[in-house]
Amino acid sequence: MPTDRPNIAELVEAVREFLTDHVGPNVEGQLAFHTRVAVNALAIVERTLDQGGAMDDAELIRLKALLKQDGDLQEMNAALARAIRGGELDDQRGAVLEHLRLTAADKIALANPRYLTPRG
Amino acid sequence: MTKNNAELESRNLAAVLRDRVREVYGTGTGIDGLVRLSGGASRETWSFDALLPDGQRVPLILKRDPLDEIDPGDPDVNLGIDRWSEGRLMQLAGAAGVPAPDVPFFLDADDRTSAGFVTQRLEGEALGRRIVREDEFAQARTKLAFQCGEAAARFHSIPLDQLPPLRNLPVVAALDYNQGVIDSFKQPHAGFEYAFQWLRERSELAGDRLTLCHGDYRNGNLLVDHEGLAGVLDWELGHLGNPISDLGWICIRAWRYGYYDNPVGGFGAVEDLLEGYEIGGGGRVSLETLRFWEVFGCMRWGVICMTLAFTHLEGRERSVEKVSIGRRAVEGEYDLLQLVD
Repeated sequence: MPTDRPNIAELVEAVREFLTDHVGPNVEGQLAFHTRVAVNALAIVERTLDQGGAMDDAELIRLKALLKQDGDLQEMNAALARAIRGGELDDQRGAVLEHLRLTAADKIALANPRYLTPRG
Repeated sequence: MTKNNAELESRNLAAVLRDRVREVYGTGTGIDGLVRLSGGASRETWSFDALLPDGQRVPLILKRDPLDEIDPGDPDVNLGIDRWSEGRLMQLAGAAGVPAPDVPFFLDADDRTSAGFVTQRLEGEALGRRIVREDEFAQARTKLAFQCGEAAARFHSIPLDQLPPLRNLPVVAALDYNQGVIDSFKQPHAGFEYAFQWLRERSELAGDRLTLCHGDYRNGNLLVDHEGLAGVLDWELGHLGNPISDLGWICIRAWRYGYYDNPVGGFGAVEDLLEGYEIGGGGRVSLETLRFWEVFGCMRWGVICMTLAFTHLEGRERSVEKVSIGRRAVEGEYDLLQLVD
């Protein structure tokens, strides 16, 4: 990836701001709704660029410890899913569940951090 | 669709409705105010009034299939029932004492229209986020969870021999179906895999009743007025299954609109839901069984989110909305991981 500015995060941020400040206020109905959806999607990209790398590293370390094997994140997640279905990790359910909870919490923090905060 | 096509479609539909209104309400009748309310790729909704000879207006809603052929890859089509069966379920529910709109007549598919059914247009609010929040529903919210339990008990009690042909999805078949959907995406998913194992090991908790299930019983498909529950809507995912699946579904967080302290649809308490269910004749439901179906519901919500995303990813319908919903699958995953042990 080029290191020149604007970097990827800055480009995405600019597009999100454009949609928020210039498109959103000038459209209505379905188009306004889809503009908000698009803004949210770009916000996910920004949070992932910012925090995703550290989350991936931590997830991979946990997966290696659980599965006692090596591989990239995608391979390791596929292996974990297979092992759960095959019952191969039944003797360490607590550790599996703890890993899955941490991973899901990270994914929520990227996808929709407000999910964890009640409004009512 | 071009503007001319839309006008022709609307004229054709008006002619069909005038004919059917005459058959049902007699000569000297007519229709007025035909307007399309919504239409996705899989369903159209229209609003109109039937005009009676004495000047009375009958406010009505038409729900019909789209005129174009439905994409067989559309996930709604895989599970959904036809319009005749959907209208029939609404009639049966009404007869069983469930608040539901009357269904005065049906439309057969012909060269002017696709198949559909017509219901009474009831007054009330169906938008979940308004139901959980607006002051005008404060009184309704105090009764709504109980009423939802009571209504579910009633439609779960409809004798099976009265029902139109429905898909049979007892718990193991329902788990197989959903696991098959995830497998079809070729994206192994450890969190949901854990849920499938957990649910399969406890499938005896599901209960062994087999009844009509609404299939999408949640805040968003409920019509609410100041008194509480005014109508149970959208029966198109009706099927035979374990009845408590409907109670688990109404409790998942996706329908709480941020009001997380009110587990039932963002408006009520589990105790009220279960009390209404028992008093309505559905029997006593244990919290363990309800938890089973909440875990199932969270899994199902995740599967629906992924299905919508893959509708976009596989090119059937490119949509920023559909693809973004894919990222909400983790909501179901996160919630079910808090519920399981």
